Amino acid sequence: MDWQAIGLSLRLALATTLVLQAVGLPLAWWAAFSRRRWKFLVEAVVALPLVLPPTVLGFYVLIAIGPRSPLGALYGRLTGGLLPFSFSGLLLASVLYSMPFTVQPMVAAFSAVDRRLLEAAWCLGVSRAGTFRRVVLPLARPGIATAAILSFAHTVGEFGVVLMVGGNIAGVTRTVSISIYDQTQSLDYAGAWHTSLLLVIFSFVVLALTYSWQRRAWMPWPGR
Amino acid sequence: MAGTLTAQCRTVLPSGFLLDATLALPLDQAPVTVLFGPSGAGKTTLLRLLAGLDRPSQGKIVFRDRVWCDTACSEWLEPQQRRAGLVFQDYALFPHLSVERNVAFAASGDAAGRMMERFGLRGLSGRLPRAISGGEQQRVALARALAAAPQLLLLDEPLSALDAATRAKTRRELRALLLSAGVPSILVTHDRTDAIALADWMAVMVNGRILQAGPVREVLARPATAQVAEAVGVENVLPAGIESRSGGLLRLRVGNSVLQCLDGGESPPVLASIRAEDVALTRDPAAASTQRNRLPGVVRTISIEGPLALVELDCGFPLVALVTAQSAADMSLVPGESLVAVVKTTSVHVIAAG
Repeated sequence: MDWQAIGLSLRLALATTLVLQAVGLPLAWWAAFSRRRWKFLVEAVVALPLVLPPTVLGFYVLIAIGPRSPLGALYGRLTGGLLPFSFSGLLLASVLYSMPFTVQPMVAAFSAVDRRLLEAAWCLGVSRAGTFRRVVLPLARPGIATAAILSFAHTVGEFGVVLMVGGNIAGVTRTVSISIYDQTQSLDYAGAWHTSLLLVIFSFVVLALTYSWQRRAWMPWPGR
Repeated sequence: MAGTLTAQCRTVLPSGFLLDATLALPLDQAPVTVLFGPSGAGKTTLLRLLAGLDRPSQGKIVFRDRVWCDTACSEWLEPQQRRAGLVFQDYALFPHLSVERNVAFAASGDAAGRMMERFGLRGLSGRLPRAISGGEQQRVALARALAAAPQLLLLDEPLSALDAATRAKTRRELRALLLSAGVPSILVTHDRTDAIALADWMAVMVNGRILQAGPVREVLARPATAQVAEAVGVENVLPAGIESRSGGLLRLRVGNSVLQCLDGGESPPVLASIRAEDVALTRDPAAASTQRNRLPGVVRTISIEGPLALVELDCGFPLVALVTAQSAADMSLVPGESLVAVVKTTSVHVIAAG
């Protein structure tokens, strides 16, 4: 089994989950409570990775982080490295790709918090940030945990985006799903078998845990 | 004025409902105000405007010389700055926090402990809100609001979520609690018993407008318009013509009868309002009495409501009398019999109908 690829996938999934928690919480909060008329546009952009072929997303990310793009040039100036075919580039692509799996459960959890509880806290003199920390976060905790688990599991399993943006560099960008692809291509069916089975068991355990914790089906965009 | 709350708010809800309310409350003379009116009158909407949870499209709210909201100069205080404790109809307790931590949520100093003591919540401190009764939840909500040292307390239908037995008990205790808190309060209700038992001041709201405000008994006894009379539940509001006026007394023609009442200088068209409890019934048409208004009529229906009996009469116009079930039984009243309704001069109030 390709333990190096498995280790890399876990590292990438963990980093992606952490970044997405930081980015997703404010974004989901805004999506759940904002009354802006153009909110649906942001919702649609966040949900795009659900329907786009990973190759399309990967292609645009590759272009956007290339050394001639503003982002790639900035990264090059700051670190002296290149984003494409690096772990950082892979991380950026993974964050975009798993965004809906973080934001949507969070929005569902935030929307389920009774608005009057927030208003009660405000009338008691507690600031909006304090209310978020002391009322919304504790009540939305199961949804936030679901978001973390789903984005972690989804990142472990991604293939197309990784192939487009990361290529196939052992120890740098060769994740577990690409390793399985390689093994199959080189007719190493035993290796592919083992790694695949590991992934199936891992995914099943994660989802079973999530659903037993949540006790309700996770839906795409929640009603409002 | 220093001790007043004044509010002029105009706002249109998404449903198209127009609220256009003007309110001036003497908080120091009348510590407990009731915002009274039928469901859908806009009472909760006004409460939310006062709390700062919603913005009026036009309006100004001034609390003790402090401007809370003035759309003319974009003055706006957030709910956090107004410190108006709002007790929601279903209490909105934080479901993930124990009773004690709910009360202590925004408490300053040792206020949480004092409130737990005063509201008798010590025995419940570790329980979660869903594990205590409705009456207990209400006490927690009040304690939580008061522990945050509010300047004004707003209560939305404080008794409506309680069962009948708890409701009567809580009604007795609530006024004492509100007075001892030393914080002026505004409570919303559509129940006349609640208004009489709890409040000093009453503002009657119908269709998004404040129609009349004043001391509770004054408003109940002397509704200024037919709409207020209907809202506060005056049973008899009768179209009347002015027959004559002399010596401070007014003689009104109602149907084929003449009613005498005090002359407030009203000009026609007018309505005569008589509370059902001010109508007495007798069989003897000639008995000497100080009651000047004697209306012969026929009993139509008798409905017993607990200790009271509501008697509908036909005196040429419908008239409702509220007597005790005991006296209805003693007089053995039956539908169809003729008797005389008597009303004191001072119990007939003239309302300008225009």
